[in-house]
Amino acid sequence: MSAPILEMRNIVKEFPGVRALSNVSFQVAEGEIHGLVGENGAGKSTLMKVLSGVYPDGTYSGEILFGGEVQHFHGIRDSEKVGIAIIYQELELIPELTVYENIFLGHEIRNGMVVDWNETIRRATEVLKKVKLSINPDTKIRDLGVGKQQLVEIAKALSRNVRLLILDEPTAALNEDDSKNLLNLLRDLRAHGVTCILISHKLREVIEIADTVTVLRDGQTICTLDAHKGEVSEPVLIKHMVGREITNIYPSRHSKPADEVVFEVRDWSAYAPRLGRTILQDINFHVKKGEIVGLAGLMGSGRTELALSLFGNPEGYRITGDIFIKGQRSFRHPQQAIAAGLAYVTEDRKGKGLILIQDVRQNLTLANLRTLAHRGVIDANAEIQVANEYRTSLNIKTPSIEQRVGNLSGGNQQKVCLGKWLFVKPDVLILDEPTRGIDVGAKYEIYTIMNQLVQQGMSIIMISSELPEILGMSDRIYVVSGGRIAGEMPAAEATQEKVMQLATNY
Amino acid sequence: MFFKDLQKVLKQNIREYGMYIALFAIMAIFTVTTKGIFISSRNISNLVNQTGYIAVLAVGMTLVIVIRHIDLSVGFLAGFLGAVAAIALAFWKWPVYVTIPFVLGLGILAGLLTAFLVAQFNIPAFVASLAGWLIYRGALLLVTAATGTIIISDAAFNAIGNGYIPDLLAMDFLPKVHKLTLLLGLVAIVWFIFSQISSRRKKLAYNFEVLPTEIFILEIVFVSILIGLITWVLAGYNGLSWTLVIVLLVVGIYHFVTTQTVLGRHIYAVGGNPEAAELSGINVKKITYVVFGSMGMLSALSGILFASRLQSATTTAGTLFELDAIAAAYIGGVSAAGGVGKIMGSLIGALVYMSLTSGMNLMNVDIAYQYVVRGAVLVAAVVFDVATRSRGQ
Repeated sequence: MSAPILEMRNIVKEFPGVRALSNVSFQVAEGEIHGLVGENGAGKSTLMKVLSGVYPDGTYSGEILFGGEVQHFHGIRDSEKVGIAIIYQELELIPELTVYENIFLGHEIRNGMVVDWNETIRRATEVLKKVKLSINPDTKIRDLGVGKQQLVEIAKALSRNVRLLILDEPTAALNEDDSKNLLNLLRDLRAHGVTCILISHKLREVIEIADTVTVLRDGQTICTLDAHKGEVSEPVLIKHMVGREITNIYPSRHSKPADEVVFEVRDWSAYAPRLGRTILQDINFHVKKGEIVGLAGLMGSGRTELALSLFGNPEGYRITGDIFIKGQRSFRHPQQAIAAGLAYVTEDRKGKGLILIQDVRQNLTLANLRTLAHRGVIDANAEIQVANEYRTSLNIKTPSIEQRVGNLSGGNQQKVCLGKWLFVKPDVLILDEPTRGIDVGAKYEIYTIMNQLVQQGMSIIMISSELPEILGMSDRIYVVSGGRIAGEMPAAEATQEKVMQLATNY
Repeated sequence: MFFKDLQKVLKQNIREYGMYIALFAIMAIFTVTTKGIFISSRNISNLVNQTGYIAVLAVGMTLVIVIRHIDLSVGFLAGFLGAVAAIALAFWKWPVYVTIPFVLGLGILAGLLTAFLVAQFNIPAFVASLAGWLIYRGALLLVTAATGTIIISDAAFNAIGNGYIPDLLAMDFLPKVHKLTLLLGLVAIVWFIFSQISSRRKKLAYNFEVLPTEIFILEIVFVSILIGLITWVLAGYNGLSWTLVIVLLVVGIYHFVTTQTVLGRHIYAVGGNPEAAELSGINVKKITYVVFGSMGMLSALSGILFASRLQSATTTAGTLFELDAIAAAYIGGVSAAGGVGKIMGSLIGALVYMSLTSGMNLMNVDIAYQYVVRGAVLVAAVVFDVATRSRGQ
């Protein structure tokens, strides 16, 4: 192994209330492809943000050595200067500009005061050749497919004499051909001496291409494995990724699901016109009365899109397939889905769940305000009563129901979200990442509430990236991967390894 | 103790009280600089009637801005519909009770058209209503092209902008004072006191935080004196004008809808977070139609008030109304980020704005300086608003 080009030593990064990285050390040798894997929330993205200067020097502790020298990055510009480039999952190209304008954006080639466009185009053509992309540099980015856009991003990095190229989930949005293409390009770049860090959920890709693989879990480096010594294999990686002890205790439940199927989805496919690709394909699943069904899968596997497409389709997907809830239905607006007895608690409580500038009372009653009104006029006393009932029953910690929701803690915000949908009194409750970003105590409370609800005969579909939670709470589990149902199993037969294998199997 | 409480209450509600204090300060300053002419019954009565057609626009605009849009077309829409009303009355000889509903209906249609572009095609409201601005301006010129100014001779219609409510039968006491206006003022004060006490009781029953008793009494006394003063001043001229009656009705209805009804809550929810509102089963498009439809109707009302006040339709009617209304709404504390803004605030905003005009006119301030001062007040109001809001968080 050659000398390390990058060394990160004892990196600790804390956010209010959370330790995202606790003592991560990480070494990348010059000229290798280094795989970085871990579950969602393991700390991969945070680590890369520390490295690139998004979190500036001083907001974390630890040392970064690049090219043998200690570095203090105060912003992305600093890390770019020494030759580090990150390509994010959400591409950062400007769709209305041409390929060559994008490649040299922020580093325009000047001739005195003005941009030298001829030289720009000449150099762009050169660098496009390096990434084996044969397109006219005059093409606008929006006219390119995602695969080609990805290559333009890499070309942009190469134009700046990059020494370390970091790719965050580069193939998540690509089809198979484009993915293969990209991996070949990475091999080619390696041959030309470019070092590369590849962050990916697709373990097969990592195994296929990486020289070394580092596994992160819960903000810590678990191990670094050398592929050339035969240390890297799928079972080994999965074992290290999920190897966490199940420390959360799940409250026990004393009810069994009934045999009656209350919700069923058949041959459900969806095409997203905005993304220009099919996001869900031939999904079939059902939920019984009083059952908790877990939808496991990694971020970007299509779980949230599935939930939204079922819940009145606010994103405007083109959908085929059938929903059965109290007879056959199709919903053109969330309003109709709610009326049919479906409720959806979003994963993005601040962005899509709550109205942060309004108070607890207004948020709690919003989805079912009409039942509190006579001829359109809200019965203020009844509303206060309802709000206080949910505040008590869900144990929402707030000075008063007149408190702005934006001022509450994450756990209490989540309870307000939950309360809002319980007030709708649904038959089927979809919970999307119900415990993301909330503390252990609040988690336990939410699990307890879920158990009470199914005991009362409600059915719950729980979407979660946290495997222990899926295993601990569900009666039955579906694994979603690449917009399809990759497998189904009773919770009793499921293990973290089994689920992870299906989830990473594209 | 009392002063500590007072200080605390003022500090906590500085944002809300700020506008009232500003209005009070502006009026006080003009009263001094005009040697009392500003506060004279006659001038205040005029000021109120002038504020009318901007105030109704500001009320509608508040809701438009609350749902994160804007409507630039309202000024010339008001001008155009005022001209339509004039034509209906003067040329088609329609009676007033047909003309007014007809014009209000046209206003709603115009608003729905803007909403259609915004909701169905996702055209930015700025652009959609700018197109409206141009089109209605053209339409106004078109309908007034043949005749120029259209004179309205219908007495009932003209009373809307110039008339006053009739007085009780002549009585001997207090000559030259409008007795019915005084009586209504008295009723308003009694109603205010009773509603405040009953709402305080309810809050206490729920163990909610209420103002300390002394402050509560102070507030009641203060507002009662204020209502009393205003009615006294108005009663000293011709009493309550029909314009003021209409404005109070509009403000009352919109205040009620925004604070007490499902529709109002849905409007503020859409403004606060459209995505969350949509996922909560609120039809965001429908709300967009309702809000722009109401804006159109209020534009028509504004046009009627203005045409009635001038007793004619002119080729320039409605010029810059939209910007005055937007300025009034912002002075009144509406937020461009959406979801924030009160109807009462916009009414006060409109009063502040028109007081500046009236006061500076009385002082014979050059129109050039007037614009500068109005701009400065707008900036000051919004800076104050933003500063106090960020502190509240």
